[in-house]
Amino acid sequence: MELRDKLRAFILESYLFTDDQTQLDDKASFLQSGIIDSTGILELIFFLEEQYGIKVADEEMIPENLDSVDNVMKFVSSKK
Amino acid sequence: MCGIAGYLNLSDGSRPEQTQLDKMIKMLRHRGPDDFGFYTDKQIGLAHARLSIIDLEGGHQPMADGDESVWLVFNGEIFNYIELREQLMKAGVHFKSHSDTEVIIYLYKIYGLDFAKHLNGQFAIALWDKTSSTLILARDRVGIDPLFYSIQDNKLYFASEIKSILAVAPHSPSLNIQSLNQILTYWSAVAADTLFENIFEVKPGEMLIVNQGKIKSQRYWDWLYPDDAAENYLPGSEQDLAAELHDKLVQATQIRLRSDVPVAAYLSGGLDSSVLVSLIHHYGNVPLRTFSIGFEDKSLDESSFQQELIKHVGTEHSHMLCKNQDIAQHFERTIWHTETTILRTAPVPMMMLSGLVHSSGYKVVLTGEGSDEVLGGYDIFKEGKIRQFWAKNPQSRFRPLLLKKLYPYLDISQSNSRAYLEAFFGIHLDQSSAAGFAHMPRWNTTSKTKTFLAPAISDKINQDTNIQFEKSLDEMTGNWHAFNKSQYVEARVLMAKYLLSSQGDRMLMSNAVEGRFPFLDHNVIEFANKLKPSLKMKVLNEKYLLKKSMQQYLPASIVKRNKQPYRAPDIPSFFYPGAPEYIDELLSANSIRDAGYFDDKKVGMLVKKIRAGKATGYKDNMTLMAVLSTQMWHQLFIKDFRTRNY
Repeated sequence: MELRDKLRAFILESYLFTDDQTQLDDKASFLQSGIIDSTGILELIFFLEEQYGIKVADEEMIPENLDSVDNVMKFVSSKK
Repeated sequence: MCGIAGYLNLSDGSRPEQTQLDKMIKMLRHRGPDDFGFYTDKQIGLAHARLSIIDLEGGHQPMADGDESVWLVFNGEIFNYIELREQLMKAGVHFKSHSDTEVIIYLYKIYGLDFAKHLNGQFAIALWDKTSSTLILARDRVGIDPLFYSIQDNKLYFASEIKSILAVAPHSPSLNIQSLNQILTYWSAVAADTLFENIFEVKPGEMLIVNQGKIKSQRYWDWLYPDDAAENYLPGSEQDLAAELHDKLVQATQIRLRSDVPVAAYLSGGLDSSVLVSLIHHYGNVPLRTFSIGFEDKSLDESSFQQELIKHVGTEHSHMLCKNQDIAQHFERTIWHTETTILRTAPVPMMMLSGLVHSSGYKVVLTGEGSDEVLGGYDIFKEGKIRQFWAKNPQSRFRPLLLKKLYPYLDISQSNSRAYLEAFFGIHLDQSSAAGFAHMPRWNTTSKTKTFLAPAISDKINQDTNIQFEKSLDEMTGNWHAFNKSQYVEARVLMAKYLLSSQGDRMLMSNAVEGRFPFLDHNVIEFANKLKPSLKMKVLNEKYLLKKSMQQYLPASIVKRNKQPYRAPDIPSFFYPGAPEYIDELLSANSIRDAGYFDDKKVGMLVKKIRAGKATGYKDNMTLMAVLSTQMWHQLFIKDFRTRNY
């Protein structure tokens, strides 16, 4: 599975409880659309570290890096 | 299931006495009320109390082979006995019964000490090889069926329960202080130890071989996990692995429905029992009969989820309500069966539930026990993962906030709570490679109960025992993934030595009911142990692959519900107007001093705090349970055992 597909599958399963792909827009803000709350962000980081073997520093925990599928993909690519 | 007992003269002594065997087996009659049997020769005596489940007519024990050179008593079930029997018949064996017992005898005759590796089941076996004068005591892989032994005055006594040994042992029993220290840390004594001095258990997955007065232990199975490297885990897509898990669970369930008497199941309303009941419904070809327990205290009660599944699969269901006061009423009988200190009341309702099964005419229940250990369900695994996540960057301000997900009541926005969080969950972050890393907060909290020990007992505690034990876990689990290390510790310590006994076999057999555990089929375990840990718990989504493999059978609400740990009410069960008198007696300063284990003044203060309604914390609950259960244990087994009429 592609990186992006894995991330989308994780968000859909863990936060939206569905496998309906249309429920998740890659540009939508996780926080604004209520998909992910504050502990959810940490779970997302957990997922990224577990899945991609990267390490996210405290100062990187910002919306520009983590608040949408697109942002996360950009961030992960920059870390690898 | 049944009860077994016996003893072996380790030197050339007199022939074992029938009266001694009578005394031993009498203590186990609750395990096997259907039939008694005995065998003695010049060195050994074997006794058996039978609960008839397979081959009702032909399964009498002790049983021997055709030339009577191998004798056997056995408690448990061999679920693959039909296949084994066919194999052995092809090899020329002529059977005289249809029982699983006889299959074990011939497996031994053909494969010698490797016989246990062929068995799929739960068992405690005493096998006497007359030709070589060898006694073999063997126990199932994970510790479902109990087996204890003690060597006293050149005799080796063994039995399914300790009370059977006490009935004939020449020396008076006493408390093993190091075991008490272990229980007040890990919730159970470790390795082969029990709360009784000089009484041991045959460890799960091991056999004792006794020959010419020499005793050797041999391990034939363990919970093994691969070294942590991607190529060591099972390959394949999530879908394929989920399908494989599904098939293994179907087989494990089907094989456990083999019985000559009707079989029922426990239904808690959680994922595991729901999976099990659904599998029986779809693949069992037997009428569905289920049993459950609920609590007055709504925060502990899961009745609404039970109802949902009952409607979903259509089962004939019996439910019982455990009232707070029931706990105190049944407590003495519970400790009589656990034969050890317990740190919570959870065993009591399990005994009541098996009573309901028995009175409804059933002897066998399937339960979902083991799923959390095998497939990664417990909160302690989540806690371990979060602590690992934190340990990667201990200075992080945010990482520990994930604990909020597990413990929503933690208000960690305030600085004092943050300090609390670090003090409690942040311990030993520098030991993230230790096998017990996930368990450290639990062990640390439990250990606080030791401040209530009497100084004379505290002084005798040898902390090295615990250090050595934890070191042995580290050595065993070497390069495994942290998640698998936690699973190993949980399976070998809490599950094997507490859950499967005090909440499992002992509570079931107190009412002559046999429990069967499909999730603990070794084929399921060996498969699950090779799965990539993130498939068991995906981030913090527990039992991920199990849910994936079973979601087609279950209502979505059961798959998605938050896991609720099984708990029963503690302190409120013992302190209410009109509570039984024994509680005050056992907790009185005189009784505490007489037994000598705890500090009577501290216990007095705790009781005062409870009576004032000020004790609600986890530690107070656990301490009360430790003191009360140890005091009850002392009364039953140390003080009054010899004078009571059983």
